[in-house]
Amino acid sequence: MSAAEEVVAEGQAVEAVPKRAMTLGAGTSLLVLAALVLLPLVAKNFIIFQMTMVLIYGLAVLALNILTGGSGQFSLGQSAFYAIGAYASAILMEDFGVNYALTLPIAGLICFAVGYLFGQPALRLSGVYLALATFALATAMPQLLKLGYFEKWTGGVQGLVVTKPDAPFGLPMSQDMWLYYFTLAVTLAIYIFSVNLLRSRSGRAFMAIRDNEIAASSMGVNVALYKTLAFGVSAGITGIAGGLSAIAVQFVAPDSYTIALAISLFLGMVVGGVGWLPGSFVGAAFIIFVPNIAEGISKGLSGAVFGVLLFLVIYLVPHGARQVAIVSQQLLGKLRKN
Amino acid sequence: MELFTNQILAGISTGAIYACMALAVVMIYQAIDHLNFAQGEMAMFSTFISWQLMQWGMPYWVAFVLTLAFSFAGGIVIERALFKPLAKAPILTQVAGFIALFSIINSCAGLIWDFTIKQYPTPFGSSPFLGSQLISTHQAGMIGVTVLMLFGLFFFFQYTRMGLAMRAAASLPESARLVGINTSWMIALGWGMAAAIGAVAGMLIAPVVFLEPNMMGGVLIYGFAAAVLGGLTSPLGAVIGGFLVGIFENLAGTYIPGVGNELKLPIALALIITVLVVKPAGLFGRPIVKRV
Repeated sequence: MSAAEEVVAEGQAVEAVPKRAMTLGAGTSLLVLAALVLLPLVAKNFIIFQMTMVLIYGLAVLALNILTGGSGQFSLGQSAFYAIGAYASAILMEDFGVNYALTLPIAGLICFAVGYLFGQPALRLSGVYLALATFALATAMPQLLKLGYFEKWTGGVQGLVVTKPDAPFGLPMSQDMWLYYFTLAVTLAIYIFSVNLLRSRSGRAFMAIRDNEIAASSMGVNVALYKTLAFGVSAGITGIAGGLSAIAVQFVAPDSYTIALAISLFLGMVVGGVGWLPGSFVGAAFIIFVPNIAEGISKGLSGAVFGVLLFLVIYLVPHGARQVAIVSQQLLGKLRKN
Repeated sequence: MELFTNQILAGISTGAIYACMALAVVMIYQAIDHLNFAQGEMAMFSTFISWQLMQWGMPYWVAFVLTLAFSFAGGIVIERALFKPLAKAPILTQVAGFIALFSIINSCAGLIWDFTIKQYPTPFGSSPFLGSQLISTHQAGMIGVTVLMLFGLFFFFQYTRMGLAMRAAASLPESARLVGINTSWMIALGWGMAAAIGAVAGMLIAPVVFLEPNMMGGVLIYGFAAAVLGGLTSPLGAVIGGFLVGIFENLAGTYIPGVGNELKLPIALALIITVLVVKPAGLFGRPIVKRV
């Protein structure tokens, strides 16, 4: 190993996904939305609750997707922002009596600020080093939440219990169903925001940085600003997802937000397809349902079954659900020609 | 002052564990250019194999050598069977593959050997080393073996044809292929060596942390941190990084008020990140210059 400096060709860590390939077509989007709206009318309460969790995790994966698929930065620290959002919502609701819907934007803003600030020192790091820095954040968070100084607010190891909201205006709905529609509305709003963000000037700046940082800066993109902005936006959306989860699960405790959550979100992004926003929800469904399926196949070996299923998915479709979407689109095109 | 030196000594002896693991991490990083999240689990599985061999009545060193051979072969098999087909997949997909491997190995070990904590023997004995209360002969032996492995690796990479070929395959795969190096097998060999080094680390760590399927969780995190701190391209850096992390951790636990066992890890990581912000390639790593 010589002392000479190593010169390597620019390796692409994250694929360059063109922005048009980041979303679904209008027709398909409406179809999926219709299915999501109609689902609670036919499903049981438990299924509705699980679908609510899919949407919430989907938002968190979407946030990671904006950061990684959009701006090319890697994070294993999403669980920390998720925790901050969840605690912010829970504390505002229980200690200050703020309406649950109003706690979400506040949680989002707090997380945006934290993410933006965290993005400042992280600017100097990339690749594995950034992964380690965000990882440190994720491991520190549960310990910080348990600290004695904050116990008055956070409830320490015990965590906090949150009351579940009823449907407003006397709507004839179960709490689960109302929460599902509420989550769906929030998710839809954030999804549309994200799609438009990536299509905007800022989104183009993110992608330019992802594809080639030096070229982007020579084109006049303020690299430092947009990288930290990507961190902020991603953290903000994750925070809102965390707030929603506090309302849906009715409970926040430090040990729900360990590094395992961050790893799940990462797997969700890979399974859904890095850089493909709708895939976030497919990935979220994977990380919620597949562990249960694995448990169903074999109790003792559930981890191994999960690993094997994950291997199968990445062998068959290394680019995740995005690849499935592209292939089926091509097949449809062929069928139409015939 | 005595407290200070004692804490440093204690830090060095925990640091030896991290140094061992960091060496395995750097080895695989040299061969495949990323961090293997399943490294710790592979080491844990190897350690269980050696434990099983000893349960069947083999002496320590026979079991040790057999386990090394098994781990080396196992590492190659994992690369050939699971990761070679993924070589063309995006990097993040490969990382997902490591996580899947982690989950499979952990779950299988739990099923075969269950999750109860097991005693693991040490070949060095556990009496105090040179009359010191803080370092036992086992820990001294562990430091010795780590340093020995470091020298072994240095000679392998610096003075053997195979080592040269592996370096070439890692730094410029295309040119290496042109001069007739089978780069694909070099990667497999890297996996094998990393698995064997991991096995040594596992067998040395097991007497300290006790043997169970989750024994490597914490150690691997410190191993990564140590490797990153020392510079991922430098085996010497990894070992020094391991000792430094051990010392940091102990000093932070002793001198910073309010830091219990719980906050040791976050503080150590925060310190490492501070170092990285100043020196992004790690203490001993080569800065990588990118061609634009």
